[in-house]
Amino acid sequence: MGNEKFYTSVHLDESLCKGCINCIKRCPTEAIRVRNGKAVITKEFCIDCGECIRHCKNHAKLATHDSLDSMKDFKYTVALPAPSLYAQVNNIEDVDIVLTALKRMGFSDVFEVSAAAEIVSSLSREYIRNHKDQWPLISTACPTVTRLIRVRFPNLLEHLLPILPPMEIAARMARKRAMEKTGLPSEDIGIFFISPCPAKVTSVKFPLGYEKSEVDRVLAMKDVYPGLIQAMKDVVEDGQVEELSSTGNIGISWGGSGGEAGGLLTDSYLAADGIENVIKVLEDLEDNKFANTLSFIELNACSGGCVGGVLAVENPFLAKVKLKSLRKYLPIARTHDTPDDIGLEFTTDVAYEPVFNLGGNMAERLSKMSQLEELMEKFPGLDCGSCGAPTCKALAEDIVRGMARETDCIHVLRSYIRKISDGI
Amino acid sequence: MSEVKLSYTISGDDFTRAGEASGDVKSKLKVLGVSPDIVRKVSIALYEGEINMVIHAHGGTIDVTISETEITMVLADRGPGIENVELAMQAGYSTASENVRALGFGAGMGLPNMKKYSDEMSIDTRLGEGTTVTMKVFLQ
Ligand SMILES: Nc1ncnc2c1ncn2[C@@H]1O[C@H](COP(=O)(O)OP(=O)(O)O)[C@@H](O)[C@H]1O
Ligand code: SF4
Ligand code: SF4
Ligand SMILES: [Mg+2]
Repeated sequence: MGNEKFYTSVHLDESLCKGCINCIKRCPTEAIRVRNGKAVITKEFCIDCGECIRHCKNHAKLATHDSLDSMKDFKYTVALPAPSLYAQVNNIEDVDIVLTALKRMGFSDVFEVSAAAEIVSSLSREYIRNHKDQWPLISTACPTVTRLIRVRFPNLLEHLLPILPPMEIAARMARKRAMEKTGLPSEDIGIFFISPCPAKVTSVKFPLGYEKSEVDRVLAMKDVYPGLIQAMKDVVEDGQVEELSSTGNIGISWGGSGGEAGGLLTDSYLAADGIENVIKVLEDLEDNKFANTLSFIELNACSGGCVGGVLAVENPFLAKVKLKSLRKYLPIARTHDTPDDIGLEFTTDVAYEPVFNLGGNMAERLSKMSQLEELMEKFPGLDCGSCGAPTCKALAEDIVRGMARETDCIHVLRSYIRKISDGI
Repeated sequence: MSEVKLSYTISGDDFTRAGEASGDVKSKLKVLGVSPDIVRKVSIALYEGEINMVIHAHGGTIDVTISETEITMVLADRGPGIENVELAMQAGYSTASENVRALGFGAGMGLPNMKKYSDEMSIDTRLGEGTTVTMKVFLQ
């Protein structure tokens, strides 16, 4: 395992990277540097938010995920569509068309993550009611947010809602159902999550809050999309729609921002989306700036919520409209039975990872900080990015960490050269 | 002994920038590896002090010294001073205007929280001349 703790799905294709420094400015944790003309991601800092994928014009930033081919690895396969998948397709008023089409694509069965989301909503309502001391509870459904809190907001760890995310509960329920149905051993059954984002890939490889994910493969929504559209056409044409969905209004809503909070049936919540907004909320929360009457905080790294995931296809705002019309005539919820034979809550603590610490003992860290302040005096404060770091401050930190040199700053280099040439 | 000194000038005119200094100190304490509960104490105490300088005293200066053993915060302003410190320290006491209250400040919990979250606090104030609040938080 070793460094798995900092596994990231987001990575670079060196052959495509032109070293243009666009991405370094977009990364919310300042995880990217351009070194020797190529972007380099510091894994410990990266929270898999996907911003760099979104903004790389050369498409050099990619997400690791599995391919549709990997369906062949199993005798029996179950597709787990994220709720945001329903918002990717046009003109449907019936989720069953999407689910039937997934089966036509070759999956043996489907299990809706939105159905599991309704279970999470009901568990959350109960948990929040019984744990006033932990208010406001912070949603743990977006792995990017949990990862951000783990490296940057240690004081907020105790507020994390310790309930498994819908994807995980869906996977556990799906595996159990498949084993009962087929009599096959667990290893012959492949659970395939259809993901809107790289962060979910990472949370399957290295979950926070529980030991092991029951998801076997993670597919990118955009990879599933073309085949799904084709299969849906066929389904609509022959009219053979299977009755598969067991999701109501609450489950479908989870696909967009505000959906998870809405399922709590309370007004004392706050919902924020978009990574910069999420960071602002967490900063303020850490400083006690919110009234403690809030019971719940929903945070989605992507703007618009999961429909805004970087592996989704549809414009997130249109997608939200679609979710709205899809759920219009649905009952509030349709999945009510909470399974009692699979775990539903966190089994491990999410521990603080002080990755931004300057290193060494306190005396050493203080002298590094003084050095950092001195460097800041020398640098022009332009945050020009020419050195490959996103800001002058980031370069200064790299220097005290021994990862860069003062002369990486072209402004410092220039005055240095001038000094030498004046001396000649 | 190594220490780090940080200085900030707090503008009394721009309300929207209040909290920037305490935010900067907070992020520096994190990279310094100061334990999370101490970071929390310092940032809450300093934030309240910074807000007070802005809403009650037209700004001022904040000097923070971080050593291996303690964090010292000195907040100095040339505002109106505090008439009755004992009264000002009471939970809920506030002279904040309606305008300021409308923004969600002026709950009268600033000074009590500064006292609560720092390990030592002293107030030196002179009517018409200004106020200097000194707070200390120990690292061990
Ligand atoms: N720096 C300051 N200069 C002048 N008056 C102050 C200062 N700080 C606090 N005060 C006075 O003390 C009172 C109580 O402060 P505090 O407990 O922070 O409550 P609040 O800021 O909500 O009014 C303030 O309303 C104000 O009258
Ligand atoms: S995925 Fe997000 S955190 Fe990771 S390098 Fe890209 S922008 Fe930075
Ligand atoms: S908001 Fe949703 S899509 Fe975006 S990173 Fe979080 S879980 Fe993934
Ligand atoms: Mg105050």
